[in-house]
Amino acid sequence: MTSKTTALPPGSFFDQQGKYKGILGWLTSTDHKRIGILYLMCIAAFFLVGVSLGGMMKLELLRPGQQYIDAQTYNGMFTVHGIIMIFMVVIPGLSAVFGNFFLPIMIGAKDVAFPRLNLFSWYLFLLGSTIAILSQFGGNGPDTGWTFYAPYSINSNTNVSTAVLAAFVLGFSSILTGLNFIVTIHRMRAKGMTWFKMPLFPWSLYATAWIQVLATPIVGITLLMVIAERTLRIGFFDPSLGGDPILYQHLFWIYSHPAVYIMILPAMGVITEIIPTFCQRKVFGYQAIVLSSLAIAGVGYLVWGHHMFTSGMSDFSRMAFSFLTFIVAIPSAIKVFNWIATMYKGSILIKTPFLYTISFIFQFMIGGLTGLTLGSLATDIHVHDTYYVVAHFHYIVFGGMGFAFFAAIHYWFPKMFGRMYNEKLGTIAWAIVFSGFTILYFPMFILGLRGMPRRYFDYLPEYSTGHFISSIGAFILIIGIILMFYNLVKAARKGELAPANPWNGRTLEWTIASPPPLENFDTDVVVTEHPYDYE
Amino acid sequence: MEQNHSIDHEHRDDTGSKLGMWIFIFTELLLFGGLFLVYAVFRAKYFEDFHVAAHQLNVFIGAINTLVLLVSSMTIAMSITAIQKNHKKLALILLSITFFLAFVFLINKYFEWGLKIHHHLYPGSNLVLTLTHGEIMFFGLYFFMTGLHALHIIVGMSLIGYVIFQLKNNKITSDNFQILENSGLYWHLVDLIWIFLFPLLYLIT
Repeated sequence: MTSKTTALPPGSFFDQQGKYKGILGWLTSTDHKRIGILYLMCIAAFFLVGVSLGGMMKLELLRPGQQYIDAQTYNGMFTVHGIIMIFMVVIPGLSAVFGNFFLPIMIGAKDVAFPRLNLFSWYLFLLGSTIAILSQFGGNGPDTGWTFYAPYSINSNTNVSTAVLAAFVLGFSSILTGLNFIVTIHRMRAKGMTWFKMPLFPWSLYATAWIQVLATPIVGITLLMVIAERTLRIGFFDPSLGGDPILYQHLFWIYSHPAVYIMILPAMGVITEIIPTFCQRKVFGYQAIVLSSLAIAGVGYLVWGHHMFTSGMSDFSRMAFSFLTFIVAIPSAIKVFNWIATMYKGSILIKTPFLYTISFIFQFMIGGLTGLTLGSLATDIHVHDTYYVVAHFHYIVFGGMGFAFFAAIHYWFPKMFGRMYNEKLGTIAWAIVFSGFTILYFPMFILGLRGMPRRYFDYLPEYSTGHFISSIGAFILIIGIILMFYNLVKAARKGELAPANPWNGRTLEWTIASPPPLENFDTDVVVTEHPYDYE
Repeated sequence: MEQNHSIDHEHRDDTGSKLGMWIFIFTELLLFGGLFLVYAVFRAKYFEDFHVAAHQLNVFIGAINTLVLLVSSMTIAMSITAIQKNHKKLALILLSITFFLAFVFLINKYFEWGLKIHHHLYPGSNLVLTLTHGEIMFFGLYFFMTGLHALHIIVGMSLIGYVIFQLKNNKITSDNFQILENSGLYWHLVDLIWIFLFPLLYLIT
């Protein structure tokens, strides 16, 4: 370990490109790697805002009764926490950051199919995020929850229209990214890289991109209808004008359930990259993983009704949606079996990315199995709209997608920034994050089973132990996240220079310099081997 | 925004570009699909009110506009063939006709909407709020669907305008006309959506 800072080797994409220097050079660059880093910076900032809001809610919930914010502020807080975390962090998260940076490299291409459209998507993302943050100021912040359920979202006199517009713009950005990735994967794979020689992270992005393209327009039009209804009093969803609020829920969840697969599929892809590398083993059941990604994308499109078991649907529809929900668990479980089987008899190297990976599997299983209790009709009636749902959701989205993001940033950090982070600090941060996560969210399952409703600002004394433990967990988690950020930011500035292939990986990104040169590859890539041929 | 370094590597992929356009068209169809779904739900719920309210629409203007859009779709398709055969001037004329017809469509729409608004038949007006639920819904859907469609006409016109400009500057030639073809695809989409809107709103009475 050297304490002296050495400059990055010349010729990387960090060097000036195009005619502008400094920040302007970044803002006008169509280089997929720079766009990926721009997304990373934005998403990291938004994540910290979302975390702070979550922390403030947990502070309010530390003890029963009002602590320091009133109920209306609390309503605004969970709404904004939801909007930021869902639309600005986890939906774009992995695909916009790591997809942009690594998809072209992993398939041996120089860039995505439409580089300028790619930059435009980032600007749309920035615009949507700005509108979302502005909705908090000038009047009252929206208080409907991130789901914008009608008719309350029609009648609420808070800035719902602004927040809904933000979600619409963010959705448009997501569609364009998905479209770009589909065309990139179809048209730009290196010579010799047949579909079934493509690494599994690009495969998961491919499945995700189709959901982005096919599901997002529905929520787009629904959100436009909410805006039209608020401004023009059309009455699509307002029963007092003859509209149908259940119709809103259907249209909303037709997108928003597939949206959780937009979040989790790239996460699964990341995990599938990390396990073979850190076990030095050929991935078990390559084709099963590919097909299960596609199956999740396909079946995941048809399960939205399970959010509405108590809203009013025919018994037959409820049974059908419940059945399909159970079906979607099968491809997810196939992936878990494949990951475990890949580890079997591997020479496992336990480093920070791998620690996040195995905690992903652990938390994803808890989140997935509790999802099945929610998907079965009888138990759902009992735990619907309780903390059980909140706990399940955070186990999947934070314990799953969030931890996969942390795994990915540690795994690919040497490649993206050309420097190594401090392994010891990384491991300590992981331990704090993991225990904080468990202490924060696990008690919520018990609270929910005992009847604690979600989105409540206050609670009865019998829930106070659970809430108290959960709040302690939140503070531990925040300390861990700060430590992890500190470690990574410090490493990006003065970390030790990274070799081209620090983990001995076999996919294409490890064959080029760290950080990658401007055009990724000097010559046209020709692929002959399978991506995970370790033995 | 072009990178200096990569200009000599700039690759052109017409098939990829067309694939991207088709996927974008799918998303547009799904966007309108959501509206058609809402239309279907409320038509089933309030079929009598829809029947009554649809009588307020002017079938003649609607039919004229259908014809206008169909012809414009034809002229843009012809302009693609013209440029493939290297008839730049003919392609320019055909594109200008398309642009003009799109403008005619919007003028008709303006008068149609203007008349409705003059009669206080717009969402949220005092008159409309006294009508039955189904009629409120019909006028709401009418304005929302044709409004969103008109917005697509405007986007399409900007595309066509850009293509005319590119064609004049010889950026579009007989072996490089993908932008024109993609604009044509988009314009057919705008046409296609109208083909469904017209009978659903004007003809089923």
